Amino acid sequence: MKTRFLIAALALLAGAPALTAGIATVGIATGVTAARAADASAADSPQELAGTGTVGGIKVPSANHPITRDDPAEATHREITDDQRRARNYADQPPLIPHAIRDYQIDLNINKCLTCHDRRNTEGSQAPMISVTHFQDRDGQTLGTVAARRYFCTQCHVPQSDAQPIVPNSFRDFDAVLGHSPTQGLGQGGAK
Amino acid sequence: MTIRGAVLGLWRLFARPSVHFGLGFLTLGGFIAGVVFWGGFNTALEATNKEAFCISCHEMRDNPYEELKQTIHFTNRSGVRATCPDCHVPHQWTDKIARKMQASKEVWGKIFGTIDTREKFLDKRRELAEHEWARLKNNNSLECRNCHSAESMDITKQNPRAAKMHETYLFTGENTCIDCHKGIAHRLPDMHGIEPGWSMKTSQK
Repeated sequence: MKTRFLIAALALLAGAPALTAGIATVGIATGVTAARAADASAADSPQELAGTGTVGGIKVPSANHPITRDDPAEATHREITDDQRRARNYADQPPLIPHAIRDYQIDLNINKCLTCHDRRNTEGSQAPMISVTHFQDRDGQTLGTVAARRYFCTQCHVPQSDAQPIVPNSFRDFDAVLGHSPTQGLGQGGAK
Repeated sequence: MTIRGAVLGLWRLFARPSVHFGLGFLTLGGFIAGVVFWGGFNTALEATNKEAFCISCHEMRDNPYEELKQTIHFTNRSGVRATCPDCHVPHQWTDKIARKMQASKEVWGKIFGTIDTREKFLDKRRELAEHEWARLKNNNSLECRNCHSAESMDITKQNPRAAKMHETYLFTGENTCIDCHKGIAHRLPDMHGIEPGWSMKTSQK
Protein backbone atom coordinates (compact mmCIF):
# COMPACT_ATOMS: atom_id res chain seq x y z
CA MET A 1 0.00 0.00 0.00
CA LYS A 2 2.73 2.44 0.93
CA THR A 3 4.54 2.07 -2.35
CA ARG A 4 1.25 2.55 -4.18
CA PHE A 5 0.64 5.89 -2.45
CA LEU A 6 4.20 6.92 -3.11
CA ILE A 7 3.89 6.16 -6.81
CA ALA A 8 0.52 7.93 -7.00
CA ALA A 9 2.04 11.02 -5.36
CA LEU A 10 4.96 10.91 -7.81
CA ALA A 11 2.49 10.63 -10.67
CA LEU A 12 0.61 13.69 -9.43
CA LEU A 13 3.87 15.59 -9.18
CA ALA A 14 4.73 14.61 -12.72
CA GLY A 15 1.32 15.77 -13.85
CA ALA A 16 1.47 19.09 -12.01
CA PRO A 17 3.60 21.07 -14.54
CA ALA A 18 1.21 20.11 -17.31
CA LEU A 19 -1.77 21.28 -15.31
CA THR A 20 -0.11 24.52 -14.34
CA ALA A 21 0.90 25.09 -17.95
CA GLY A 22 -2.81 25.09 -18.71
CA ILE A 23 -2.78 22.14 -21.07
CA ALA A 24 -5.76 20.55 -19.37
CA THR A 25 -6.34 17.75 -21.87
CA VAL A 26 -2.77 16.56 -21.86
CA GLY A 27 -2.72 16.87 -18.10
CA ILE A 28 -5.71 14.56 -17.75
CA ALA A 29 -4.22 12.11 -20.19
CA THR A 30 -0.98 12.03 -18.28
CA GLY A 31 -2.85 11.62 -15.03
CA VAL A 32 -4.71 8.61 -16.38
CA THR A 33 -1.63 6.94 -17.80
CA ALA A 34 0.27 7.64 -14.63
CA ALA A 35 -2.48 6.06 -12.57
CA ARG A 36 -2.44 3.01 -14.84
CA ALA A 37 1.31 2.92 -14.62
CA ALA A 38 1.01 3.00 -10.85
CA ASP A 39 -1.38 0.03 -10.96
CA ALA A 40 0.86 -1.83 -13.34
CA SER A 41 4.02 -1.19 -11.39
CA ALA A 42 2.34 -2.52 -8.29
CA ALA A 43 1.75 -5.79 -10.08
CA ASP A 44 4.57 -6.00 -12.61
CA SER A 45 8.27 -5.32 -12.46
CA PRO A 46 9.35 -1.67 -12.79
CA GLN A 47 11.29 -2.42 -16.00
CA GLU A 48 7.95 -2.73 -17.78
CA LEU A 49 7.72 1.06 -17.89
CA ALA A 50 11.12 1.64 -19.40
CA GLY A 51 9.93 3.38 -22.56
CA THR A 52 8.64 6.92 -22.86
CA GLY A 53 6.81 8.90 -25.51
CA THR A 54 5.88 12.53 -25.85
CA VAL A 55 2.43 14.06 -25.89
CA GLY A 56 2.37 17.77 -26.42
CA GLY A 57 6.03 18.06 -25.48
CA ILE A 58 5.56 16.18 -22.22
CA LYS A 59 7.17 12.81 -21.62
CA VAL A 60 4.75 10.02 -20.81
CA PRO A 61 5.40 6.33 -20.39
CA SER A 62 4.29 4.48 -23.50
CA ALA A 63 6.31 1.49 -24.65
CA ASN A 64 5.69 -1.79 -22.84
CA HIS A 65 2.77 -0.16 -21.13
CA PRO A 66 0.21 -2.84 -20.21
CA ILE A 67 -2.41 -1.24 -22.41
CA THR A 68 -0.20 -1.48 -25.49
CA ARG A 69 0.79 -5.09 -24.92
CA ASP A 70 -0.65 -7.86 -27.08
CA ASP A 71 -1.39 -10.61 -24.64
CA PRO A 72 -2.52 -13.87 -26.19
CA ALA A 73 -6.03 -14.84 -25.15
CA GLU A 74 -6.25 -17.64 -22.62
CA ALA A 75 -7.47 -20.94 -23.92
CA THR A 76 -11.12 -21.60 -23.24
CA HIS A 77 -11.83 -24.42 -20.85
CA ARG A 78 -13.86 -27.52 -21.44
CA GLU A 79 -17.15 -28.01 -19.70
CA ILE A 80 -17.38 -30.94 -17.32
CA THR A 81 -20.26 -33.03 -18.62
CA ASP A 82 -19.64 -36.43 -17.04
CA ASP A 83 -23.04 -36.70 -15.29
CA GLN A 84 -21.28 -37.31 -11.96
CA ARG A 85 -22.83 -35.48 -9.05
CA ARG A 86 -20.32 -33.42 -7.05
CA ALA A 87 -20.30 -33.30 -3.26
CA ARG A 88 -21.52 -30.01 -1.89
CA ASN A 89 -19.03 -27.94 0.05
CA TYR A 90 -21.65 -26.87 2.56
CA ALA A 91 -25.15 -28.09 3.19
CA ASP A 92 -27.08 -25.35 1.40
CA GLN A 93 -24.78 -24.99 -1.60
CA PRO A 94 -26.81 -25.17 -4.81
CA PRO A 95 -25.78 -28.42 -6.49
CA LEU A 96 -23.60 -28.06 -9.58
CA ILE A 97 -24.80 -29.00 -13.06
CA PRO A 98 -22.77 -31.99 -14.31
CA HIS A 99 -24.08 -31.87 -17.88
CA ALA A 100 -24.02 -29.56 -20.87
CA ILE A 101 -26.60 -26.81 -20.84
CA ARG A 102 -25.77 -25.14 -24.13
CA ASP A 103 -28.85 -23.50 -25.69
CA TYR A 104 -31.04 -24.34 -22.70
CA GLN A 105 -33.95 -21.95 -22.90
CA ILE A 106 -35.21 -20.51 -19.63
CA ASP A 107 -37.81 -17.85 -20.26
CA LEU A 108 -41.52 -17.13 -20.23
CA ASN A 109 -42.16 -19.78 -22.88
CA ILE A 110 -40.31 -22.72 -21.40
CA ASN A 111 -37.82 -23.74 -18.75
CA LYS A 112 -35.71 -26.41 -20.38
CA CYS A 113 -34.23 -27.57 -17.06
CA LEU A 114 -37.68 -28.28 -15.66
CA THR A 115 -38.55 -30.56 -18.57
CA CYS A 116 -36.43 -33.11 -16.65
CA HIS A 117 -36.14 -31.82 -13.09
CA ASP A 118 -39.77 -30.85 -12.55
CA ARG A 119 -41.73 -33.10 -10.20
CA ARG A 120 -43.95 -34.45 -12.98
CA ASN A 121 -41.09 -35.26 -15.34
CA THR A 122 -38.60 -37.04 -13.12
CA GLU A 123 -40.03 -40.51 -13.70
CA GLY A 124 -39.39 -40.25 -17.41
CA SER A 125 -36.05 -38.49 -17.11
CA GLN A 126 -34.73 -40.11 -13.89
CA ALA A 127 -33.23 -36.75 -13.05
CA PRO A 128 -33.14 -35.45 -9.46
CA MET A 129 -36.25 -33.47 -8.65
CA ILE A 130 -35.90 -29.84 -7.67
CA SER A 131 -36.14 -29.75 -3.88
CA VAL A 132 -39.22 -28.54 -2.08
CA THR A 133 -37.46 -25.30 -1.17
CA HIS A 134 -38.02 -24.31 -4.80
CA PHE A 135 -41.77 -24.46 -4.23
CA GLN A 136 -41.72 -21.88 -1.47
CA ASP A 137 -42.45 -18.28 -2.26
CA ARG A 138 -40.82 -15.47 -0.33
CA ASP A 139 -43.48 -15.66 2.39
CA GLY A 140 -42.61 -19.27 3.07
CA GLN A 141 -45.81 -20.55 1.48
CA THR A 142 -45.31 -23.85 -0.29
CA LEU A 143 -46.88 -23.67 -3.73
CA GLY A 144 -47.95 -26.48 -6.02
CA THR A 145 -45.13 -25.90 -8.45
CA VAL A 146 -41.86 -24.03 -8.73
CA ALA A 147 -42.06 -20.54 -7.21
CA ALA A 148 -41.44 -17.60 -9.51
CA ARG A 149 -38.37 -16.51 -7.55
CA ARG A 150 -36.77 -19.91 -8.12
CA TYR A 151 -37.62 -20.17 -11.81
CA PHE A 152 -34.28 -19.06 -13.23
CA CYS A 153 -32.11 -22.07 -12.46
CA THR A 154 -28.76 -20.68 -13.59
CA GLN A 155 -28.94 -17.86 -11.07
CA CYS A 156 -27.72 -20.42 -8.53
CA HIS A 157 -26.87 -23.63 -10.38
CA VAL A 158 -23.85 -23.56 -12.65
CA PRO A 159 -21.97 -26.06 -14.79
CA GLN A 160 -18.26 -26.51 -14.16
CA SER A 161 -15.22 -26.31 -16.39
CA ASP A 162 -11.76 -27.83 -15.99
CA ALA A 163 -10.21 -24.39 -15.35
CA GLN A 164 -7.82 -24.14 -12.45
CA PRO A 165 -8.61 -21.44 -9.87
CA ILE A 166 -6.71 -18.21 -10.55
CA VAL A 167 -6.43 -17.55 -6.83
CA PRO A 168 -5.55 -20.37 -4.45
CA ASN A 169 -8.43 -21.42 -2.24
CA SER A 170 -7.97 -22.48 1.35
CA PHE A 171 -11.60 -23.40 1.89
CA ARG A 172 -12.20 -26.31 4.24
CA ASP A 173 -15.61 -27.72 4.81
CA PHE A 174 -17.41 -27.84 8.13
CA ASP A 175 -16.23 -31.30 9.10
CA ALA A 176 -12.64 -30.50 8.27
CA VAL A 177 -12.73 -27.36 10.42
CA LEU A 178 -14.07 -29.33 13.36
CA GLY A 179 -11.49 -32.02 12.75
CA HIS A 180 -14.17 -34.65 12.24
CA SER A 181 -13.39 -35.61 8.71
CA PRO A 182 -10.21 -37.31 7.55
CA THR A 183 -10.92 -36.08 3.99
CA GLN A 184 -9.75 -32.51 4.17
CA GLY A 185 -9.63 -32.06 0.46
CA LEU A 186 -13.34 -32.55 -0.04
CA GLY A 187 -13.81 -28.85 -0.63
CA GLN A 188 -11.38 -28.78 -3.54
CA GLY A 189 -12.77 -31.96 -4.99
CA GLY A 190 -16.29 -30.65 -4.91
CA ALA A 191 -15.73 -27.33 -6.62
CA LYS A 192 -13.17 -27.90 -9.30
CA MET B 1 -68.87 -21.54 -77.48
CA THR B 2 -65.76 -19.54 -78.21
CA ILE B 3 -63.82 -21.44 -75.51
CA ARG B 4 -64.97 -24.71 -77.02
CA GLY B 5 -63.87 -23.46 -80.42
CA ALA B 6 -60.45 -22.44 -79.13
CA VAL B 7 -59.90 -25.81 -77.44
CA LEU B 8 -60.97 -27.65 -80.57
CA GLY B 9 -58.68 -25.52 -82.73
CA LEU B 10 -55.73 -26.25 -80.45
CA TRP B 11 -56.49 -29.96 -80.51
CA ARG B 12 -56.58 -29.99 -84.34
CA LEU B 13 -53.24 -28.21 -84.46
CA PHE B 14 -51.85 -30.71 -81.96
CA ALA B 15 -53.18 -33.80 -83.70
CA ARG B 16 -52.28 -32.78 -87.30
CA PRO B 17 -48.99 -34.01 -88.71
CA SER B 18 -46.36 -31.32 -89.14
CA VAL B 19 -46.28 -29.66 -92.56
CA HIS B 20 -43.22 -27.42 -92.31
CA PHE B 21 -40.90 -29.15 -89.81
CA GLY B 22 -39.10 -32.41 -90.36
CA LEU B 23 -39.50 -35.42 -88.04
CA GLY B 24 -35.82 -35.23 -87.05
CA PHE B 25 -36.07 -31.54 -86.20
CA LEU B 26 -39.14 -32.13 -84.07
CA THR B 27 -37.78 -35.11 -82.15
CA LEU B 28 -34.30 -33.64 -81.67
CA GLY B 29 -35.69 -30.18 -80.95
CA GLY B 30 -38.17 -31.67 -78.50
CA PHE B 31 -35.38 -33.58 -76.80
CA ILE B 32 -33.15 -30.53 -76.47
CA ALA B 33 -36.04 -28.37 -75.33
CA GLY B 34 -36.84 -31.04 -72.74
CA VAL B 35 -33.28 -31.08 -71.44
CA VAL B 36 -33.22 -27.29 -71.24
CA PHE B 37 -36.59 -27.18 -69.52
CA TRP B 38 -35.78 -29.92 -67.06
CA GLY B 39 -32.35 -28.54 -66.28
CA GLY B 40 -33.76 -25.07 -65.84
CA PHE B 41 -36.53 -26.35 -63.62
CA ASN B 42 -34.17 -28.22 -61.36
CA THR B 43 -31.69 -25.35 -61.25
CA ALA B 44 -34.46 -22.99 -60.23
CA LEU B 45 -35.67 -25.52 -57.68
CA GLU B 46 -32.20 -25.89 -56.23
CA ALA B 47 -31.82 -22.12 -56.10
CA THR B 48 -34.87 -21.94 -53.84
CA ASN B 49 -33.33 -24.67 -51.72
CA LYS B 50 -30.42 -22.66 -50.42
CA GLU B 51 -29.90 -20.81 -47.19
CA ALA B 52 -29.18 -17.63 -49.14
CA PHE B 53 -32.64 -17.84 -50.68
CA CYS B 54 -34.33 -18.43 -47.33
CA ILE B 55 -32.69 -15.48 -45.63
CA SER B 56 -33.21 -13.16 -48.59
CA CYS B 57 -36.52 -12.36 -46.85
CA HIS B 58 -36.24 -10.31 -43.67
CA GLU B 59 -38.78 -12.56 -41.93
CA MET B 60 -36.39 -15.50 -42.01
CA ARG B 61 -33.20 -13.48 -41.75
CA ASP B 62 -34.19 -11.60 -38.59
CA ASN B 63 -36.01 -14.35 -36.72
CA PRO B 64 -35.21 -18.04 -37.22
CA TYR B 65 -31.80 -17.44 -38.79
CA GLU B 66 -30.62 -15.17 -35.98
CA GLU B 67 -31.61 -17.86 -33.51
CA LEU B 68 -30.00 -20.65 -35.49
CA LYS B 69 -26.69 -18.77 -35.33
CA GLN B 70 -26.54 -19.31 -31.57
CA THR B 71 -26.98 -23.04 -31.72
CA ILE B 72 -24.81 -26.11 -32.15
CA HIS B 73 -26.23 -26.71 -35.61
CA PHE B 74 -24.50 -23.54 -36.76
CA THR B 75 -21.12 -23.65 -35.01
CA ASN B 76 -19.61 -26.67 -33.34
CA ARG B 77 -16.34 -28.48 -32.79
CA SER B 78 -16.50 -30.53 -36.00
CA GLY B 79 -17.40 -27.65 -38.31
CA VAL B 80 -20.44 -29.27 -39.87
CA ARG B 81 -23.28 -26.86 -40.42
CA ALA B 82 -26.92 -27.58 -41.03
CA THR B 83 -28.50 -24.90 -43.19
CA CYS B 84 -32.24 -24.21 -43.45
CA PRO B 85 -33.11 -26.73 -46.21
CA ASP B 86 -31.13 -29.50 -44.53
CA CYS B 87 -33.80 -29.70 -41.86
CA HIS B 88 -36.83 -28.13 -43.47
CA VAL B 89 -36.86 -29.67 -46.95
CA PRO B 90 -36.86 -33.43 -47.60
CA HIS B 91 -33.91 -34.61 -49.69
CA GLN B 92 -35.88 -37.15 -51.78
CA TRP B 93 -37.16 -35.66 -55.02
CA THR B 94 -40.87 -36.52 -54.73
CA ASP B 95 -41.02 -35.50 -51.06
CA LYS B 96 -39.16 -32.34 -51.95
CA ILE B 97 -41.67 -31.41 -54.66
CA ALA B 98 -44.53 -32.11 -52.26
CA ARG B 99 -42.95 -29.85 -49.66
CA LYS B 100 -42.28 -27.18 -52.26
CA MET B 101 -45.94 -27.20 -53.26
CA GLN B 102 -46.92 -26.79 -49.61
CA ALA B 103 -44.44 -23.95 -49.37
CA SER B 104 -46.41 -21.95 -51.92
CA LYS B 105 -48.47 -20.97 -48.88
CA GLU B 106 -45.35 -19.22 -47.64
CA VAL B 107 -45.33 -17.07 -50.78
CA TRP B 108 -48.86 -16.04 -49.86
CA GLY B 109 -47.65 -15.26 -46.36
CA LYS B 110 -44.80 -13.17 -47.73
CA ILE B 111 -47.06 -11.17 -50.05
CA PHE B 112 -49.64 -10.44 -47.37
CA GLY B 113 -47.13 -9.91 -44.55
CA THR B 114 -48.33 -12.68 -42.24
CA ILE B 115 -45.18 -12.50 -40.12
CA ASP B 116 -43.57 -9.31 -41.38
CA THR B 117 -42.89 -7.96 -37.88
CA ARG B 118 -41.20 -9.53 -34.89
CA GLU B 119 -44.46 -9.34 -32.92
CA LYS B 120 -46.47 -11.10 -35.60
CA PHE B 121 -43.79 -13.78 -35.82
CA LEU B 122 -43.81 -14.37 -32.07
CA ASP B 123 -47.61 -14.53 -32.02
CA LYS B 124 -47.59 -17.11 -34.80
CA ARG B 125 -44.59 -19.04 -33.57
CA ARG B 126 -46.50 -21.78 -31.75
CA GLU B 127 -48.57 -22.50 -34.86
CA LEU B 128 -45.52 -22.51 -37.14
CA ALA B 129 -43.61 -24.74 -34.74
CA GLU B 130 -46.52 -27.14 -34.48
CA HIS B 131 -46.53 -27.52 -38.27
CA GLU B 132 -42.88 -28.51 -38.21
CA TRP B 133 -43.29 -30.86 -35.24
CA ALA B 134 -46.22 -32.57 -36.96
CA ARG B 135 -44.29 -32.87 -40.20
CA LEU B 136 -41.23 -34.39 -38.51
CA LYS B 137 -43.37 -36.67 -36.39
CA ASN B 138 -45.15 -37.96 -39.49
CA ASN B 139 -42.00 -38.65 -41.47
CA ASN B 140 -40.24 -40.16 -38.45
CA SER B 141 -37.80 -37.25 -38.22
CA LEU B 142 -36.50 -37.93 -41.71
CA GLU B 143 -34.51 -34.71 -41.96
CA CYS B 144 -32.77 -35.34 -38.64
CA ARG B 145 -31.88 -38.83 -39.79
CA ASN B 146 -30.24 -37.57 -42.97
CA CYS B 147 -27.29 -36.86 -40.68
CA HIS B 148 -28.05 -38.58 -37.36
CA SER B 149 -28.92 -42.19 -37.99
CA ALA B 150 -29.77 -44.56 -35.18
CA GLU B 151 -27.70 -47.25 -36.93
CA SER B 152 -24.48 -45.28 -36.75
CA MET B 153 -25.14 -43.90 -33.28
CA ASP B 154 -22.65 -45.28 -30.77
CA ILE B 155 -24.37 -44.84 -27.44
CA THR B 156 -21.30 -45.96 -25.53
CA LYS B 157 -19.79 -42.63 -26.57
CA GLN B 158 -22.72 -40.74 -25.15
CA ASN B 159 -23.36 -39.60 -21.64
CA PRO B 160 -25.07 -42.35 -19.66
CA ARG B 161 -28.09 -40.10 -19.43
CA ALA B 162 -28.38 -39.69 -23.21
CA ALA B 163 -27.56 -43.34 -23.86
CA LYS B 164 -30.34 -44.51 -21.57
CA MET B 165 -32.85 -42.22 -23.25
CA HIS B 166 -31.93 -43.35 -26.75
CA GLU B 167 -32.05 -46.98 -25.69
CA THR B 168 -35.45 -46.61 -24.09
CA TYR B 169 -37.21 -44.43 -26.60
CA LEU B 170 -35.33 -44.19 -29.90
CA PHE B 171 -34.15 -47.74 -30.52
CA THR B 172 -37.49 -49.20 -29.50
CA GLY B 173 -39.19 -46.95 -32.03
CA GLU B 174 -41.41 -45.64 -29.29
CA ASN B 175 -40.46 -42.06 -30.00
CA THR B 176 -38.83 -40.20 -32.83
CA CYS B 177 -36.18 -37.47 -32.62
CA ILE B 178 -38.58 -34.52 -32.56
CA ASP B 179 -40.51 -35.88 -29.58
CA CYS B 180 -37.62 -34.98 -27.29
CA HIS B 181 -35.44 -32.66 -29.36
CA LYS B 182 -37.72 -29.68 -29.86
CA GLY B 183 -36.29 -26.21 -30.18
CA ILE B 184 -32.78 -27.39 -30.92
CA ALA B 185 -32.18 -24.90 -33.71
CA HIS B 186 -34.67 -22.16 -32.85
CA ARG B 187 -36.18 -20.69 -29.72
CA LEU B 188 -39.28 -22.44 -28.47
CA PRO B 189 -42.77 -20.94 -28.45
CA ASP B 190 -45.00 -21.00 -25.38
CA MET B 191 -44.79 -24.67 -24.45
CA HIS B 192 -47.75 -24.92 -22.12
CA GLY B 193 -49.51 -28.24 -22.58
CA ILE B 194 -46.65 -29.84 -24.48
CA GLU B 195 -44.95 -32.63 -22.57
CA PRO B 196 -41.34 -33.58 -23.26
CA GLY B 197 -40.90 -36.87 -25.09
CA TRP B 198 -39.57 -38.74 -22.06
CA SER B 199 -42.58 -37.97 -19.90
CA MET B 200 -45.41 -38.15 -22.40
CA LYS B 201 -46.55 -41.47 -20.94
CA THR B 202 -45.75 -41.01 -17.26
CA SER B 203 -47.37 -37.60 -17.04
CA GLN B 204 -50.71 -39.07 -18.04
CA LYS B 205 -50.99 -40.56 -14.56
